Amino acid sequence: MQLSPDEIVYWQLGAIKLNATILFTWCLIVIFFISAKILERSLRQTDKRTRWQNALEIIVLGIEKQISSVGLSNPRQYMGFLGTLFLFVALANLLTVIPGYEPPTGSLSTTLSLALCVFVAVPYYGIKQRGLKDYLASYTQPTIIMLPFNVIGEISRTFALAVRLFGNIMSGTMIIAIMLLIAPFIFPIVMTALGLLTGMVQAYIFFILASVYIAAATSVNNTQTLTQTHKSPQLIKQPQEK
Amino acid sequence: MDSLTIIAVTSIITAGITIGFGAIGPAFAEGRAVANALTALAQQPDASSTITRTLFVGLAMIESTAIYCFVVTMILLFSNPFWNYFITQSGN
Repeated sequence: MQLSPDEIVYWQLGAIKLNATILFTWCLIVIFFISAKILERSLRQTDKRTRWQNALEIIVLGIEKQISSVGLSNPRQYMGFLGTLFLFVALANLLTVIPGYEPPTGSLSTTLSLALCVFVAVPYYGIKQRGLKDYLASYTQPTIIMLPFNVIGEISRTFALAVRLFGNIMSGTMIIAIMLLIAPFIFPIVMTALGLLTGMVQAYIFFILASVYIAAATSVNNTQTLTQTHKSPQLIKQPQEK
Repeated sequence: MDSLTIIAVTSIITAGITIGFGAIGPAFAEGRAVANALTALAQQPDASSTITRTLFVGLAMIESTAIYCFVVTMILLFSNPFWNYFITQSGN
């Protein structure tokens, strides 16, 4: 029984291996590239739009709305990174409807590299928005004693992000494999449908957590706004009680 | 018992304990979360989209603790590092 698509090796030359993870990631890249090229050709600014342009606009505006709902003020700036993360993970999980396809997100190497991208992107956007000194000062936020815990939290949440996605997708394929052994007739289809739902939810979770981390790193004076919002309901409540 | 048998026995028992205890906590937590979300939905049906979205995110976050235990169990059962080490040792 294999744990991840890393163990399916198609071609090997010394230390260089071509396993299923790399192959299907390349397939995803090719799909994205070709569909982007085709969609780009049909983009128009007039009223007469193609249906593909409408679909693309729905996706882009939906992602933008989700990013701004987290609290990032200028969503277009983060669109390239966060939107790509969401679309990649979502497509990688959705293509499990094709027989013979192994989701590359079911391998720890893919998810860990995606999480490392987030790990690099958080300080990048933080420094870009707030400046180097202000960003580094945010690690000593309540007191200087919290500095090691903040650093550990930064590393452990990256690892948790990777293991969460890997574990969910791997457990989905594992459950289907076990189901094929004990009840191979209808139940694998039901579990595949459940796996599709989990895959979409996990793609959304990965994307929204990455945006939350970036929002936490870029927000200036977040403690002040918190105290302000805490104060205001009490002021409104008191007259109502009288 | 030789060391391979001890490793096999402890790995299997630990895998069972890990997934058992790892399922209890998230099960209680998910039950509480869904119950509270249903109460909130009954009180404020207008905010259903926000509540459902937050519920799904929260459930996936809670479930990830169970998934961590599952990953540990799978590693213990199917790609146990200690087992593999002793297999290569005895092979030599």
